[in-house]
Amino acid sequence: MADQFRAYLHLLRGQARSQAAYRASFTTDLLSTATGIVFDLLTVVVLFRATRELGGFSLTEALVIVGLSASAFALADTSVGNIDLLGFYVRTGLLDAVLVRPLGVLPQLVLSNVPLRKLSRAGIAVAVLVAALWQAEIEWTPARAALTVLTPLAGAVFFGSIFVGSASLNFWWTDAGEVSKAFTYGGRDLTAYPITVYGAWFRAVFAFALGFGFVGYYPALALLGRADPLGLPPWVGWASPAVAVVAAAAAATVWRAGVRRYRSTGS
Amino acid sequence: MSDAVIETRGLRKDFTVRVKAGRFRRPRRVVAAVDGVDLRVERGELLGYIGPNGAGKSTTLKMLTGILTPSGGQVRVCGLAPVPQRTRLARQVGVVFGQRSQLWWDLPLGESFTLLRHIYRVPAAEHAARLRRLRSMLELDAFQDTPVRQLSLGQRMRGELTAALLHGPSVLFLDEPTIGLDVVSKQAVRSFLAELGARGDTTIVLTTHDLADIERLSRRLVVIDHGRVVHDGTIEALHARYGSRRRMVVDLDAPLPDAGPVLPAGVTLESASSDGLRLVFTLHEVGAGELIARLAGAVALRDVAVREPDIEEVVARLYTAGPASPDQGRPDQGCSITSTTQEPGSSAS
Repeated sequence: MADQFRAYLHLLRGQARSQAAYRASFTTDLLSTATGIVFDLLTVVVLFRATRELGGFSLTEALVIVGLSASAFALADTSVGNIDLLGFYVRTGLLDAVLVRPLGVLPQLVLSNVPLRKLSRAGIAVAVLVAALWQAEIEWTPARAALTVLTPLAGAVFFGSIFVGSASLNFWWTDAGEVSKAFTYGGRDLTAYPITVYGAWFRAVFAFALGFGFVGYYPALALLGRADPLGLPPWVGWASPAVAVVAAAAAATVWRAGVRRYRSTGS
Repeated sequence: MSDAVIETRGLRKDFTVRVKAGRFRRPRRVVAAVDGVDLRVERGELLGYIGPNGAGKSTTLKMLTGILTPSGGQVRVCGLAPVPQRTRLARQVGVVFGQRSQLWWDLPLGESFTLLRHIYRVPAAEHAARLRRLRSMLELDAFQDTPVRQLSLGQRMRGELTAALLHGPSVLFLDEPTIGLDVVSKQAVRSFLAELGARGDTTIVLTTHDLADIERLSRRLVVIDHGRVVHDGTIEALHARYGSRRRMVVDLDAPLPDAGPVLPAGVTLESASSDGLRLVFTLHEVGAGELIARLAGAVALRDVAVREPDIEEVVARLYTAGPASPDQGRPDQGCSITSTTQEPGSSAS
């Protein structure tokens, strides 16, 4: 196991050295990602210039939700976001070379290009979260402190599962890329708002059936000590890790089925 | 199964393809890329696996290496089931894809080797010893520090061979290793493989459509067409089965006398030059010795050459003959061969 880990570490290092071959693009990427999250944030702030409340939540409360969901997404995007390259690997048959090595397919793909630039995004997202929590004047308890740390991590596992699960669609359809983006980036945008703003059926599918409500909204309620306007009991705010585990298990199942379905290309 | 390094029984791979029929209708059709292949390869064998484009060569190889999941049949490589035990198998096999690099594109070649040492967790001393040997065999020193993307195809292929062998695999799979190479590089790859094969500790399976690779390298030849094995045996057996004959070209000092010698059974005169000084005989499963002896008894011989049948020609005939069932006797080449063994003397002068 430790040996295996070392092998991945070396893989990562080799990757970093390859990336160093393209320094200029690294800097531009860094800038563009940082700009990206600033705009995400501005969207929410601008929205609150037009209205004092959004779905029953104040700006500060909404920013707690934004901070939780954005840091979860940024962490997931940095670590496994790369999996959207899978479509390319499948279409070109490059996955063959990955499959003949004595390492896991998923870690190899993910480590084949870790976009460290995306960490800047995670940094900004965490800063937003900290600032919003500060503003919100939360009554801190040890449990709430733990929840603050755990929620972005559980959310990252959840988003990571969405990344992997939706990327697996590439094994069935070439050009599933756009569909997976609808789930990943779409999911990120939608989790930035209190789910009370959505219509009932959309909420049922998106927040509950797909589980996106557990990334930011319900943990935020638990942190803020607010009752759910939708009437769910308070413990739901603590359920995110369990939801993340279920999502990860589902993603792993889909991924494995996908790898077995891989068709390679003629050569 | 047994102690064979590779064993497959009824191995098959079906692909579902959608056929375009009309504007909206795209009915599915199942195509068998590999259609019941039985194969047994013993330790140390060098097997040539050939067939026309789309015959199922690469698909078979990909099932043997755990890249593709078989649709049916059994397969064991080094005693392992390739797909469920993929990572364990990966330590025991090396794979070279002629058209797909396993190296790190942006890193110097030498760094790829270091990375591979960590990936396969090869002890440093073992790695160094193997690398030293491969470096001298494949003459890598001149371009070890060049990024892979700047290597020529021939250099890269030598790098790929090294990369595939650094962890000391017991089986080496090569998918079209000489494709696109120039004559010199082809030669380098072939002689390397010949040397590797001669050591006898590595089992080698080679797909190619360059038949010269096969003629030079492997005694055993498996020909696949439409996903089925149509021949499994030596090259000589292939010639025998498909009725390719050796020819003997004889140059004479003077034309044959009219009464000429009686030709031995199985020999026919194919052609004679206008001056009668050059004769071409076809040998149907007989050695050249008898014919030479009889000719020499009649006239003075200047020169004698025995020409091996051209494998390209045989295989081309095999492919155009369409899907043939294995074990069902020889196709309709109209030849009368009863034995598949051939005399050892292949050339005389």
